[in-house]
Amino acid sequence: MKSVLPILTVVLAIVVLWYGATVGLNAQWTRDQAARAGVEVGFSDILRDTLSQTRPKLPAPHQVVAELWQSTWMEEVYGRRGIVQTGSLSNRSLIYHGWVTLSATMLGFAFGTGLGILLAIGIVHSKAMDMSFMPWAIASQTVPILAIAPMVIVVLASIGIKGLIPKAIIAAYLSFFPVLVGMVKGFRAPDTMQLDLLKTYNASRAGTFWRLRLPSSVPYLFASLKVGIAAALVGTIVGELPAGASAGLGARLLSGSYYGQTIQIWAALLAAATLAAGLVMIVGVIERAVLGRMGMRA
Amino acid sequence: MIWAWGALAFWALATAGNVWLAQNHARNRAVRLVIPALFGATLLLLWEGMVRGLGVSPVILPPPSMIGARIAQSLPILWTDFNQTILKGALSGYFIGCAAAVAVAVVIDRSPFLQRGLLPVGNFVAALPIVGIAPILVMWFGFDWQSKAAVVVVMVFFPVLVNMVAGLKATDALQRDQMATWSASYWQGLLKLRLPAAMPFLFNGLKIATTLALIGAIVAEFFGSPTRGMGFRISTAVGQLDLPLVWAEIAVAALAGSAFYGLVAVIERGVTFWHPSQRGRA
Repeated sequence: MKSVLPILTVVLAIVVLWYGATVGLNAQWTRDQAARAGVEVGFSDILRDTLSQTRPKLPAPHQVVAELWQSTWMEEVYGRRGIVQTGSLSNRSLIYHGWVTLSATMLGFAFGTGLGILLAIGIVHSKAMDMSFMPWAIASQTVPILAIAPMVIVVLASIGIKGLIPKAIIAAYLSFFPVLVGMVKGFRAPDTMQLDLLKTYNASRAGTFWRLRLPSSVPYLFASLKVGIAAALVGTIVGELPAGASAGLGARLLSGSYYGQTIQIWAALLAAATLAAGLVMIVGVIERAVLGRMGMRA
Repeated sequence: MIWAWGALAFWALATAGNVWLAQNHARNRAVRLVIPALFGATLLLLWEGMVRGLGVSPVILPPPSMIGARIAQSLPILWTDFNQTILKGALSGYFIGCAAAVAVAVVIDRSPFLQRGLLPVGNFVAALPIVGIAPILVMWFGFDWQSKAAVVVVMVFFPVLVNMVAGLKATDALQRDQMATWSASYWQGLLKLRLPAAMPFLFNGLKIATTLALIGAIVAEFFGSPTRGMGFRISTAVGQLDLPLVWAEIAVAALAGSAFYGLVAVIERGVTFWHPSQRGRA
């Protein structure tokens, strides 16, 4: 609790800096407009104008928050295409785009995590798999995999797979490696003493796995799940970048950048940030509950 | 069909060979290199065989041989893109971002208040989809490599900062007391004790940042770039369905990523030779 005040101070400092930067970056445009109109502008005019431009270089925080409010609550409840009027989410609201991104992220995350855990089980139990696969799994972490996301989307679209699945594949791929590497470490976490004890109990391989290896890998699982879900979200957003994607936070970013709608970009960015923070937080809450029940409070 | 069956047969043989090697010669150092190499070769051959044997169109998945030929054929293009994206965009951003993060870490290390405030925020930001700021920075800094470097700066800053702050705390009270009995000044304590002790943590962050730097530089080019650069080439070549060129760029990116990471790892081994994780590997 004693870190609340410092965090608030830092956040406040960021907001103040942001306002300062807004005035600084947008002032040029205001002066140009005034010079063209032949009007003399004072400091207070610049201040008022820079904080309320429609296409600012950097929108002020309150503009972004207003846009977020406008494109979520107002759009859905009062908008012509909102959920209240039509019964389905409006395609102009960030809730709709966020949902598209979230569903692809979760699908990919589930697949990637499942595959990572399965492969980790194989690697722990088979020396050949370990020695042939692990060096590549580790080396592949140094490769900028994200860069091929657009290609995956386009290639899959050309053989007729569109929509959720291609994005989910990218998300799965990105969350797969952190989970794999973390779980291999987790399954190997029991020390020789514990393994020897189970041997004296004449435990089978499966028994050792269920009763010792799996429980002791849980802390590692949650650590890698947090990395994996963040990576899955980034993967989905980048997967939405190629032209043609019409829904999702990534598409929102791209269309904002095409049309110079900076406020829209920042609102989408803030929505993505909230989504990422929320997902990581949910994993954290589950982690605390599970570890608490297992008597391993982190 | 011969290609497909041949590849499958090779796969079976290589797997059997790997299993035998792993069971009987696992302690041999050469075997430890042979097994992953054989596995990699199997994957390539399986890819080649399946694509040829099943007649997959090169528009969907070109075979490795075609990609190799394309790399050899378009070396000048690949070099221009490499120069633009990696050398100009990623590397300059990497150096600026890491240097800024280390400097900020040393500054906030003196104030527990700032640490308690900045670290949670830094951890929070490190989990965010930061690549999303690419369109904004491209608007601010123009289409050329400066905007890519700016994206890279923001992307590498927080992981390095968080690791460096943790590293500066890595000395124990005994060691700091020792410096105090020698009446070492703050700067002497920093230079002779705490910076060296922070190096393993710093390099951990630097290694994470290598991949992030490449990703940032390439993805930022999707939002606008001059008519060169790896991200630009990937997105335009995909549009022209020139998949071999796309894969060639990906191969270059993979090589560059591994080489960059390897370089940082080699420097780490030189700098932190005293650390337990580096001992006995000389």
